[in-house]
Amino acid sequence: MPDFTALQVVWFVLISILWIGYFVLEGFDFGVGMLIRAVGRTDAGKRAVIHTIGPLWDGNEVWLIVAGGATFAAFPEWYATLFSGFYLALFLILVGLIVRNVSFEFWGKGETDRWRRNWEWAMIGGSAVPALLWGVGWANIVHGVPIDARMEYTGTLFDLLHPYALLGGVATLLIFLAHGAVFLSLKTEGELGERARAIAGRVAPPAAAAGVAFLAWTVAAHPGGVDVASALVAALAAALLVAAAFLVRRSAGRAFAATAAAIACFFTALFIDVFPHTMISSTSSAFDMTLNASSSSSYTLTVMTVVAALLVPVVLVYQAWTYWVFRQRVSAEDFGEVRNPLDLLAARRDDEDDELGSAGSRS
Amino acid sequence: MTALELARWQFGITTLYHFIFVPVTIGLALCVAIFQTRWYQTGEEHWLRSTRFWGKLMLISFALGVATGIVQEFQFGMDWSNYSRFVGDIFGAPLAMEGLAAFFVESTFLGLWIFGWGRLSRKVHLACAWAVAGSTALSAYFILAANSWMQHPVGYRMADGKAELTNIAAVLFNNTALYAFAHTMLAALLAAGMILIAVSAWHLRQGRETRVFGGAMRIGLPLVTLAAVATIFVGHFDGILMTEQQPMKMAAADATFKTEKGAGLSLFATGDFKSNPEGLSRNIEIPNLLSWITTGYPQGEIKGINNLNREYQRKYGPGNYTPIVAVAYWSWRGMLGCAFAMLAFAAWGWWLLRRGKLRESKWFLRLAVPAVALPFVASSCGWIFTEMGRQPWVVFGLLKTDVANSPSVDAAQIWITLVGFTALYGVLAAIAAGVFVKAVRKGPVEAGKAEEPGQELALTY
Repeated sequence: MPDFTALQVVWFVLISILWIGYFVLEGFDFGVGMLIRAVGRTDAGKRAVIHTIGPLWDGNEVWLIVAGGATFAAFPEWYATLFSGFYLALFLILVGLIVRNVSFEFWGKGETDRWRRNWEWAMIGGSAVPALLWGVGWANIVHGVPIDARMEYTGTLFDLLHPYALLGGVATLLIFLAHGAVFLSLKTEGELGERARAIAGRVAPPAAAAGVAFLAWTVAAHPGGVDVASALVAALAAALLVAAAFLVRRSAGRAFAATAAAIACFFTALFIDVFPHTMISSTSSAFDMTLNASSSSSYTLTVMTVVAALLVPVVLVYQAWTYWVFRQRVSAEDFGEVRNPLDLLAARRDDEDDELGSAGSRS
Repeated sequence: MTALELARWQFGITTLYHFIFVPVTIGLALCVAIFQTRWYQTGEEHWLRSTRFWGKLMLISFALGVATGIVQEFQFGMDWSNYSRFVGDIFGAPLAMEGLAAFFVESTFLGLWIFGWGRLSRKVHLACAWAVAGSTALSAYFILAANSWMQHPVGYRMADGKAELTNIAAVLFNNTALYAFAHTMLAALLAAGMILIAVSAWHLRQGRETRVFGGAMRIGLPLVTLAAVATIFVGHFDGILMTEQQPMKMAAADATFKTEKGAGLSLFATGDFKSNPEGLSRNIEIPNLLSWITTGYPQGEIKGINNLNREYQRKYGPGNYTPIVAVAYWSWRGMLGCAFAMLAFAAWGWWLLRRGKLRESKWFLRLAVPAVALPFVASSCGWIFTEMGRQPWVVFGLLKTDVANSPSVDAAQIWITLVGFTALYGVLAAIAAGVFVKAVRKGPVEAGKAEEPGQELALTY
């Protein structure tokens, strides 16, 4: 008898999709955050860079909040073990996310160069730390961590920092950086677009190398529940990463599709590898946490399935609509060389005709 | 300090800090939607300038509310894993629903609202403002339904030492949640209203922007007066319900140690607030008032702390079932005191406004600025009372706080996160306050310029 029910599988898949959606979406805004100085250079350029993700990053982050809430609702034991076990790592991720969130809002609300420089570094650090640690975290979930018979984590922060996990972290850091650079090359034009393209070209090959190495290690050393499927998806992710590295200089749109699909396949491979468990114990395989042992009651899962079936399609529709509304490219010229919002407004007023004339053709 | 005590401090600090921004965002989102609707209907520019001005203040609060909201969700698993395992089957559901039904709407439509000026049609853009206002309220409902289950568990059964959901409707429509929602939403209106009053008073004192800030006063003063009356009214019925569901909390709120009929309301007391003393040494009381406000009858019976403690010992086994009486006593008074102060203050302002003397009243305009602290003291006291008054339970009658924290997280780790988060919160509060004050001082865009192209960028980064 398999150690899971159909509903539990549905929820494992749904939670996987939420995490994957989170990494595909927030992955590029992590990258954009890290590239604020490298691509932005001038105040106007940086403003344009922030504007590429301005309307989107908050919605992207909700994928994480919902993934957390869904894990709590559907697999409370998984939520409890994972979040208390990875305690300090999650603390660092949270600090990064908080600092990053406010940096977007506050960057333009001060006048001095120092104010902006500080928030730029906050944006870079706050994007890089979670981008690195999510990889470390998920590598550990695949690898297994010390968990006892009561499902309690028995290790420390340093038990999470072994070579395989660190390679996972470097892989996600570089992949998100490349994903963000490609996104910027897709969403900006003029000098910004060229700089973004050049950086994407430089970052994509090492990102592909780290990703391929990590996936190869995963397939070789961590045979999970569904070996063949996991290996195939991992191979697909590796192929997409390599393809992205080649596409970067030719077509931003295709390169972005490739990095997005690569991230989706990368994490799909990890989730398939973990299935049918939620947490794997490195102490003893007897302590591995199965879906069944981690799960809520079938009543709760049924209720949540109805709610998700009603709401998820609606969410997807209006999130897609936002991306459509904000589809056009931006350039530093849109924001002028400005010191404060009032100048910005004056600058905008001057080239209003141009703005109206070109808005349609930019999409 | 033990890991348990540290985890409790952690939870208290994060929750109170988060709840500074929550009511401001909920209340201001509604005010902004109203201003924008007025602009849509009348086409008068000052409504547009109001929308942008208050919208900017809302966004500053929103940024911090969202940032701390993630900690709020994650800390259940991080610091309270035993609690999470115990309640996950029930408590997780409203949390997940909050994300799916409210947070996605809120974040997406807020992005559309901020960046959609001039890009969306006026009608669609206005709809975005209402979507934000509606979803902030909806998210409050779900999280209060979750909290209410901890105050008054319903729709569950016990299975393998854990609570298991049997009726989702009972959890979502828990009477505790309905009262808590009304009470909290009204408190959010009070917070937003007091900010409208304080900011407007500051500008009016200098005779600036009388159109925009006079308009805000005309909404803020009646809003706070009526919302304060309604908050107190709902709070009264909430109190009667709570006396029924958690009599110990109400007994502690009045430091009533022995059961009495026709109990008086203590206004100010000194003495030994520790559990189980004979009584208080000095106590100024209004006769029969406590019985009336907590039971609905002047002669109603108030169960005493000592009597309830013995009752609970018989029911739940040996132990001390008394919360920290002094905390319950003073936090309850802090909440009520601030509520009545806001009522009096706003009623005074409304009276001045109707007599056309508001702008001449230096005292009112001057006091309005420090008075903005009142709603925050009130809601902080309210949460301290409702959460600490429930102790020693984390889920009333089912799970005690001292077995709910994470066994795998030791005191040293919590020290790191406690110090780290608190320092971060402090720095961000200082920066946000600076940004907020700066935006207030700057005031709305110049009259006659709000509808010029390019102005839509005022709200963006």
